[in-house]
Amino acid sequence: MRCKRCHAAPVAIKLPRHHTALCAACFDRYVVDQVERAIKHYRMFRRDEPVLVAVSGGKDSLGLWDLLQRMGYQTTGVHVQQGIGGYSGASEAKTRAFAEAKGLPLIVYDLNKEYGGGVTAIAETSRRSACSACGTVKRYAFNKIGRELGFPVVATGHNLDDEAARLLGNLLRWQVDYLAKQSPALPASHAKLIRKVKPLFRLTEQEVAAYAVLRKIDYVIDECPMSHDANSLQYKAALNQLEHQSPGTKQFFYLEFLRRQPIVGAESTAEAVVLNECARCGEPTTGELCGHCRLIAPLAQTHQTESGGRNNGRADPSIVSNIPMSVDWTA
Amino acid sequence: MLIKCHHPARELTIKGPRQVRAVLGDLKLLPETVLVIRNDTLVTEDELVADDDTIEIRPVISGGAHSLPPVASHAM
Ligand code: SF4
Ligand SMILES: [Zn+2]
Ligand SMILES: [Zn+2]
Repeated sequence: MRCKRCHAAPVAIKLPRHHTALCAACFDRYVVDQVERAIKHYRMFRRDEPVLVAVSGGKDSLGLWDLLQRMGYQTTGVHVQQGIGGYSGASEAKTRAFAEAKGLPLIVYDLNKEYGGGVTAIAETSRRSACSACGTVKRYAFNKIGRELGFPVVATGHNLDDEAARLLGNLLRWQVDYLAKQSPALPASHAKLIRKVKPLFRLTEQEVAAYAVLRKIDYVIDECPMSHDANSLQYKAALNQLEHQSPGTKQFFYLEFLRRQPIVGAESTAEAVVLNECARCGEPTTGELCGHCRLIAPLAQTHQTESGGRNNGRADPSIVSNIPMSVDWTA
Repeated sequence: MLIKCHHPARELTIKGPRQVRAVLGDLKLLPETVLVIRNDTLVTEDELVADDDTIEIRPVISGGAHSLPPVASHAM
């Protein structure tokens, strides 16, 4: 079968949702077009702005980083070393190898160094799930590192499947607040918050993986051992079942939601929320203490006690407020 | 044909030639959720895999809350 665009080369991938099938070269052009379209439509960033790219070492984030640098954007990667055994070791190694091969700057933020423990320790001491601890720490780190180093925006590799699955989850539980905030581009709604954008939201997870394979990107195929979060996988499976029977369902579900968001009154109300500064670390929060400081206080407390802390086992606010930033510039 | 699978890593053998679509059907996999790779190139569902071919079936769907961060607000 020949490519439906150039009618010359053999088909590398079928795209039933677009009623087409493309060769490797035409697929590459399609991916770049979709990403450029996402960036332009949401005014995510310009070519003269530095962009911080959150890179885990998986297909989505390395694919995103590869795309942005090819498209002429100024990118710096930031990788959070989560301390989850062999998985995190491989993730960091592949991320570093990619940065080195492309000559791109990379910041590695090591949770063990910053907090004296990785995701598992933070989750255990705070009695939260690993993913909830991991997500909180990462969002905090991306924003703080980005702001302190002068990046106006951080980009993550979330794809159409991620966003559609999240929308389904939010609808099934009628999380109206979350619906309002679900956007491929969150504005800097506070002086201390940088923009958060998802340039891959128009591409399916399979398309992003195909891009990574065709570009010969060496990414981590193994899953994080904590990822048995049944919900997200179930939502994705359900959506892919529907997509299989009726191609285009996923994109219609999510892209139509974005189009109708203002009509259904679920548009971002970020401006309406009054943000305070966290009493400990000064980062923006709706409460008195930010979610990050509440999360890591028990671990900080453990360290204080174990190291013969003079604080009667109470967390010393200074531990949290003076998080050292061991920024490691590679390449 | 030899089939390399992930999660968990394992190898299977199926008699070829067989169409990719049928191989995925045998393994109860939706074509939307995997990539089929032969010699560093992608193989579409319509193609035939010969008996002496080796293919990799690579899952593309990641789970975990890293794909669904519970974001109520992007402030902490
Ligand atoms: S699966 Fe959970 S713990 Fe693992 S990287 Fe994703 S969010 Fe973090
Ligand atoms: Zn073509
Ligand atoms: Zn704080």
